[in-house]
Amino acid sequence: MRKRPYPLSELEDIPGTTVFTAKRSREAYHLHKFCMSLMDPANRAAFKDHERAYLNKFRMSEEQKRAVQDRDFNTLIDLGGNIYFLVKLSNTDGWSTQRAVGSMTGMTADEYAAMMRGGGRSPEGQRSIREGN
Amino acid sequence: MARITAGIATSHVPAIGAAFDQGRSRDDYWGPVFAGYDWVKTWEEVEKPDVVILCYNDHASAMMLDVVPTFALGMAEEFEPADEGWGKRDVPVVQGHIELAAHLAEQLVLDDFDLTLMNNLDVDHGCTVPLSLMFGKVDEWPCKVIPLAVNVTQFPTPSGNRCWMLGEAIAHAVESFPEDLNVQIWGTGGMSHQLQGPRAGLINPEFDNAFLDGLTADTDGLRSITRLEYLRESGTEGIELIMWLIMRAALGAEVEELHRFYHVPASNTAVGHIVLRPKAIGAVAQAA
Ligand SMILES: [Fe+2]
Repeated sequence: MRKRPYPLSELEDIPGTTVFTAKRSREAYHLHKFCMSLMDPANRAAFKDHERAYLNKFRMSEEQKRAVQDRDFNTLIDLGGNIYFLVKLSNTDGWSTQRAVGSMTGMTADEYAAMMRGGGRSPEGQRSIREGN
Repeated sequence: MARITAGIATSHVPAIGAAFDQGRSRDDYWGPVFAGYDWVKTWEEVEKPDVVILCYNDHASAMMLDVVPTFALGMAEEFEPADEGWGKRDVPVVQGHIELAAHLAEQLVLDDFDLTLMNNLDVDHGCTVPLSLMFGKVDEWPCKVIPLAVNVTQFPTPSGNRCWMLGEAIAHAVESFPEDLNVQIWGTGGMSHQLQGPRAGLINPEFDNAFLDGLTADTDGLRSITRLEYLRESGTEGIELIMWLIMRAALGAEVEELHRFYHVPASNTAVGHIVLRPKAIGAVAQAA
């Protein structure tokens, strides 16, 4: 094995964070294909018209489809999703990126917006699960 | 001979584009953000670059689904704004520079950078928001643009050091282009932000300001920041800062800082912006 600056398992050590990898990208391929389809106004209209029928056109897992319908972004990320694909969905809903992102934090949209206006989330205690720093 | 006369870095938050397009750029929330770019807009009217090499990342708009290029160079005559889910931004179509792009494509591959070449590319907010910030509301962009898209989304991204080396190679390539062109290079994205999971909203002003300082004072220090350190310190999306290193490296050893701006927040993100001038314009290739 060639030298690495740190073991890749370190990527799992960041609190509240999922690092998007090639393997995750593949798991979410059809979910992401659905997300990118929403870059076309006609597809956005078809999705809004009948979400389930539109989702059934894609080879996504049942869990992924349900999480899309629930707008459950944390679950979508657990299922391989990446935020840059997923915001195509929240944009279609007319949500701001801040609302979509804030929905993953357990805070209300107002609480999250207030935290950001106040300078955001401090990195203190958020760097490493193991070190607790 | 073409020469790189300046480097600019800026965040490229999509909500900045939305505020700009919807005429909210002087309201209470966005006014302080846009005020940070008044200086550069005036300065650019004097600088009048012929071409901007614009380092940005595609946010799953034209790439990242079927093809995930580490470095992708835009080769087309024109690049349309992408529809990211709420219609295309009402901004001018980005005009490419085929001759310089082809020269970069040739020289960079000869220098061992295995680029992906994009003959068809829609550009998203990563490219168009910086153009709006530097040039304001215009009927046509005042210069040609060569988009250089970097994978900063799917791990592993290129390392910061690899981006640095690419920037050095770009400087050599530009300086060996025979036409007399005023070229700027822009690095976009960052600064600290995280757009996913319970840790979303992370902002690290100490890291960001040390990074801004390092662009003039400690470039070796910036080159050695690992991907893991970006993720831990600046959030999963803060790693976009590696694109600033392409810009910085293309300016040569010594630079002068002409302007700097830092503001929290724009939506989820710490906004950073810096304008740098190489101390010896056109000297990179000669020094080698
Ligand atoms: Fe970005």
